[in-house]
Amino acid sequence: MAKVTLNQITKSFDEVPVVRNISLEVADGEFFSLLGPSGCGKTTILRMIAGFTSPSSGKVFFDDKDVTNIPVDQRNTGMVFQNYALFPHLTVFENVAFGLRTRKFSSSEILERVTNSLILVGLGGLEQRPVPQLSGGQQQRVALARAIVIEPDLLLLDEPLSNLDAKLRIETRDQIRELQSQLGITTIYVTHDQEEALAVSDRITVMEKGECCQIDRPDVIYRVPANRFVAKFMGNMNVLTGQTKSKKGNVFFQLANGLNIPLPETTKVLKNPVYLALHPHIIKLSQIEGKDDVEGVVTARQFKGASIEFSIDVNGLSFQVVKNTEESILSIQPGETVWLHIPGDQAIILKS
Amino acid sequence: MNRIKYIMSLRNSFHQGRIIILVPVGFILIGYIIYPGVLVLWESLFRDGVFGLGNYSEFFNIEHPSYIEGLLNSILVSVGSVLISALIGVPLGIIFTHYNFPGRALFSKLAMLPIALPPLVGVLAFLYLYSESGMVPRLIQEFLGLDHVPFSLDGVWAVLLVHGYTMYVFFYLFTAAALKNIDPAINEAAQNLGASSWYRFRKITFPLLIPAFVGATLLVFMTSMNSFSAPFIFGGGVRFLSLNIYTSKLNGDMAMAVTQTVILSTLSIGFLFLMRFLEGRRHYTMGTKGISVFRNEIQGRWRRLSLGATGIVMVVVLLLPHLTILLLSFVQDGTWTYQVFPTIFTGDNYSRLFQDPQVWEPIRNSLSMALISTGADVLIGVGVAYVVVKGTFRGRKILDALVMVPWALPGTVVAINLIVAFSQGTPFSFGQVLVGSFWLLPIAYFIRHLPIVFRASSAAFRQIDSSLEEAARNLGAGWFYSFRRITLPLIGPGVLAGTLLAFVTALGEFVASILLYVYDNRPIAIEILSHLRQFNIGSAAAYGVLLLLLVSVVLIASNYISRDTAQRSLS
Repeated sequence: MAKVTLNQITKSFDEVPVVRNISLEVADGEFFSLLGPSGCGKTTILRMIAGFTSPSSGKVFFDDKDVTNIPVDQRNTGMVFQNYALFPHLTVFENVAFGLRTRKFSSSEILERVTNSLILVGLGGLEQRPVPQLSGGQQQRVALARAIVIEPDLLLLDEPLSNLDAKLRIETRDQIRELQSQLGITTIYVTHDQEEALAVSDRITVMEKGECCQIDRPDVIYRVPANRFVAKFMGNMNVLTGQTKSKKGNVFFQLANGLNIPLPETTKVLKNPVYLALHPHIIKLSQIEGKDDVEGVVTARQFKGASIEFSIDVNGLSFQVVKNTEESILSIQPGETVWLHIPGDQAIILKS
Repeated sequence: MNRIKYIMSLRNSFHQGRIIILVPVGFILIGYIIYPGVLVLWESLFRDGVFGLGNYSEFFNIEHPSYIEGLLNSILVSVGSVLISALIGVPLGIIFTHYNFPGRALFSKLAMLPIALPPLVGVLAFLYLYSESGMVPRLIQEFLGLDHVPFSLDGVWAVLLVHGYTMYVFFYLFTAAALKNIDPAINEAAQNLGASSWYRFRKITFPLLIPAFVGATLLVFMTSMNSFSAPFIFGGGVRFLSLNIYTSKLNGDMAMAVTQTVILSTLSIGFLFLMRFLEGRRHYTMGTKGISVFRNEIQGRWRRLSLGATGIVMVVVLLLPHLTILLLSFVQDGTWTYQVFPTIFTGDNYSRLFQDPQVWEPIRNSLSMALISTGADVLIGVGVAYVVVKGTFRGRKILDALVMVPWALPGTVVAINLIVAFSQGTPFSFGQVLVGSFWLLPIAYFIRHLPIVFRASSAAFRQIDSSLEEAARNLGAGWFYSFRRITLPLIGPGVLAGTLLAFVTALGEFVASILLYVYDNRPIAIEILSHLRQFNIGSAAAYGVLLLLLVSVVLIASNYISRDTAQRSLS
């Protein structure tokens, strides 16, 4: 098991930087996710940790050992590829045994280890199957067994669930997490799915355009995003541009359309324009006007089963509001005038 | 129960207009492929009018080993051709797919140059390049001041060299295609699991290439068994099976000609079915999406320079035959005797092609026969492809195999089959005797090149999602209307590419022609041969350049056609 440290990693392809000055530390035994939209450089970071590409500048450490120039085959990492990359001409057994054979294990030990790891991923008895005959979920688990059977210092997962259907994805996701905590293996997980990252990770780093926006625990990232991008990407939050003002001891957030949102008195008043982020479910919605409510018109409505998502136009600004499905909410239809209550004390002020 | 289903499916076919295609197709395939083959087999069982295996025991008779010797030599040369072709083609395929260096794109295209040489023309170039009086050995002799030429190509070695040059392309293409199909992530996974590069090649890349190697091996072996031009020109006293058939026929020993034809066809068809069997068996495709070929950039000044130099040498060697033919085409007939290089050049050879009716006639013959045969190929080939791909009736697999049989049959076999079948009137020729007439040659071209059009058409049909036709039918289009407006425009480019290829191949056809031509329909290749015999090198080469140009134009055109189609497809 190992701790991983990235020290000021930068990577450019043909002069175009795809990873910019990333530093991070993954603790021993941690489940760490690299999260971001496609093209943000998360897979490139994973490939630099695995050793498929070397950074343009910066260093990679496993524990305290500099591995930046150590070739892939000597890093002892286990990787699960997005498309699994199973060897199509080998059986399940031989696929899993591959890494043990390169490590010159005795055949009795290979038999024992492969059998155990296949049982561990729930594929016991399928040893002699040719891999093209397996279902997508089974192929995924063969890939996982192949990665863990070598007892790697580090488990690297590159979007391992993206080729599975929705239901299987959740099942496999939980299985991976369980296996990881059972083995206590340091794991780095690449995904573009924020829900997936939130559900399994000890810590997450959110990335955008090759840069690291925030590294923290899932709950912190969700509740207290570091900037507008994280707020939008993680919680689909409403992000409003405006300025903090104070008048007669009352602090409020002034929007461009003239709307004022009251803020707690302790809020610092800043000179420059800032952003206000609001989770869509904290905004209250009513068909009757209340105190401090603002008027809006429903422009769209999406029924999601347990909840309903509304787009509401307030004086030219669009708000996303999510409400649990209840009788009082069900009757609200597009075109209707509604009243919003925006709780400023639950809003987050972002400087960037 | 099954019978009822069968009849129902036939009725279904009838309703979809497919029976209209099946009847003439059946008539032609039976009349011109099955019937002649069976007749040849039947005739091979008579020796001096006595029914039995007399001809075959004569063939395997050790006391007169000339027949069996031909078979053994053919097999030996084929094994050698496979080895040489693999030795050239596999490394080239790996280098051009896995490494990037200046000029890679150009070299990888130039490596296909041997395809553009019509069989006889290629052999001709080799004759003037590497034989005893060839330019290369003579040049070295002159340069070093030797008494004799340092080497000269003759006999088996010459045949092997020509085969290696023309057939390595199979190994090259198969290897490159297979490598492109290997997901680079598989290699990375192996690397991640601790495999060194040699270990990866041994355990991953090589096993995944085996199906391609098997395919290329069979193809080269078969092509080499069937090869006629190289043994014909270079063979000297060496016996080969295909050549033996020709000499037996010339000597009037039809019994032995047909017997050897049966043996050669059995081998060829055996190989065809072995290939189809193996093609169907080894399939490693796993639905991986978006495979991108990753090429290693060659680093370092000296390595790049040495690779570049190797590339240039390779291009020169590959281009030498083409350039030789071009050079020879400007030589005035009868002026090149003892000199190392020809000295007197003229453009007359070309102007005569179009001005002298005597010189123009073979071209006109070849053009008209190629037109007739290719027209028939399109009619039958597209029709069969349609019913084989879109049809649901039983027996379409047999139809598929039957149409592909001529692809495996050597030209010599096709010619002998036709001679035997149509030396008397048959229902298939409407009672006419075709031997000695104009028609036998276009028929031979038709049969030989039917598989080219068929393959191109069935590939085109396969790419059309049947839901397109269904959508048209659903919108109220009749069968013919949907075929004309939807199917035809979609298969057009693919069929056109196949048609053009069949056409130019027919233009340069030599192997069947030499057995079947009459003076009135003598084709270009035969005219080249007769000029060669009279040492009219320039005239022979001018015909060769004409063929070479036509083949090149068609290859480039079909390359563009297939690229356009690829861009237009939706998925």
